[in-house]
Amino acid sequence: MSDITSQSLFELTSNIKEKKLSSEEITKAFINRAERSKKLNVYVTDNFEKAIDQSKKFDSNPNLDFKLPGIPIAVKDLFCTNGVRTTAGSKILNNFVPTYESTVTQNLWSQGAILLGKLNCDEFAMGSSNETSFFGNVQNPVGENLVPGGSSGGSSAAVAANLTPVTIGTDTGGSIRQPASFTGTVGLKPTYGSCSRYGIVAFASSLDQAGPMTKNVRDCSMLLEVISSFDQKDSTSIDYKRNYYSNELTKDIKGKKIGIPKEYRVDNMPDEIEQLWKNGISYAKDCGAEIIDISLPHTNYALPTYYIVAPAEASSNLARYDGVKYGFRSPGQNLIEMYEKTRSEGFGDEVKRRIMIGTYVLSSGYYDAYYLKAQKVRQLIKKDFDDAFSKVDAILTPSTPSSAFKIGEKTNDPVSMYLNDIFTVPINLAGLPGISIPAGKDKNNYPLGLQVIGKPFDEQNILNISYALEDKINFKNDISDWWLSE
Amino acid sequence: MSIDLKTVKHISKLARISIDDEKANKLKGDLNNIFEFIEKLNELDTDNVKALTSIAETTLRFRKDEIKSENIREKILKNSPEENKDFFVVPKVVE
Repeated sequence: MSDITSQSLFELTSNIKEKKLSSEEITKAFINRAERSKKLNVYVTDNFEKAIDQSKKFDSNPNLDFKLPGIPIAVKDLFCTNGVRTTAGSKILNNFVPTYESTVTQNLWSQGAILLGKLNCDEFAMGSSNETSFFGNVQNPVGENLVPGGSSGGSSAAVAANLTPVTIGTDTGGSIRQPASFTGTVGLKPTYGSCSRYGIVAFASSLDQAGPMTKNVRDCSMLLEVISSFDQKDSTSIDYKRNYYSNELTKDIKGKKIGIPKEYRVDNMPDEIEQLWKNGISYAKDCGAEIIDISLPHTNYALPTYYIVAPAEASSNLARYDGVKYGFRSPGQNLIEMYEKTRSEGFGDEVKRRIMIGTYVLSSGYYDAYYLKAQKVRQLIKKDFDDAFSKVDAILTPSTPSSAFKIGEKTNDPVSMYLNDIFTVPINLAGLPGISIPAGKDKNNYPLGLQVIGKPFDEQNILNISYALEDKINFKNDISDWWLSE
Repeated sequence: MSIDLKTVKHISKLARISIDDEKANKLKGDLNNIFEFIEKLNELDTDNVKALTSIAETTLRFRKDEIKSENIREKILKNSPEENKDFFVVPKVVE
């Protein structure tokens, strides 16, 4: 049997079901490795003591019908966890201990999983490098001083470094898929309305979705099956029949029509990404898929649209952090001064920048010119996809325009940081499912990802295509454990 | 169009975030860069396009108006920044 922490979710659940491993053994193995991995800074809050107790409790009376029997899992610190501090990577929630549980995490525990701890992320999920977190940078296990992507950077690093078998992140403009691409892992953003947003710290409510981040496609299908559910507590949750994604997973994608959008061939895209994409296309052909050239003409307008819609929604959502009912408070002479000082001291620079953008585009006299304009362009972007999906079953693109960059490289230029999300943002605007799978490496040996985009609620299809491609690509993440201490 | 310092200060007032002059100047630069990037949308004619307000295309569900949780006062007050048994405490509002 291979080392416990390097096993996939599928292997771990099989080993538990066959009684080859106990939940306690597995839980302790991940905790032990975490204790020696502090340099990566993936944890904001650990739940190790309680996790060991829960693993013993599971072993004393194991329910092997569960889908995640006694499996320890760390989650992004954007999910409210009952009785366990939830910070959203922000000083303003530094002392916040929820008294309720998010629906997606509850779905994990209801299937036997055990909370290992809460993983670092960009503040309020606003960032593409995990550098905006109040709790500091996360190191990408792929290489020292390399960003793990963001905003689910602690999550991507934790999966790649074998600190959790799988995890869940959230994705508003690429925050699952971009970090997955940067760390050589798999990340899926489901269709809007597939996973409940109840109990997730809100960033941009019309775009936010939770999703699985895993070592491989099969694990991804297993986790999606658990977290996707209809929920009365989220008014945008959609009631539809969900697949048994892991049971229905197949590599047979013969005859599937896969679209290649010419607009994703952007200026200054490195040759190696162009090559990666070509390889992906030829693998898809090898699997019997039909390749069709398509056009998504409004692709270039997606980022500007996103940088109106997302900050506008964020400025409204984050109005609740006023120091009155929970979170950080900075005292003032009067109520207004208390609000202003609390928010000024409690939020970091990127969050303030986005609140300012959002406040401006929603302010009197500018609403039509910016917010309404963006909503109209969003309609055009969605229509591009509707048109494309009348001809194809799925779309294949690169996940990101570059591989992971150095810590500090882009922090002084917000616009260049935003450009990281050029291939992922349109999918959120259109509410579609998208998955990033590791597909190769660049000249520095850093991982690169390919993205498969599907029709609404067609997660099964993009999982199947990814499963078939994964087999052909045969990606190996050679991570040296350089950060491990004694 | 460019955003001046006066506008930055006005927005910060609306957003209830106090900022000093140095920060305001830095933000002015950042916001202008970002808005220059956003101006690209003006290339598109959207006169006859319907705004997309919700991706889910569903109407909101109705539910029975019933009480589902009881005695949650303690839970609600648990994270309150200033200790008080029954209320949230804020600076004096009425003189």
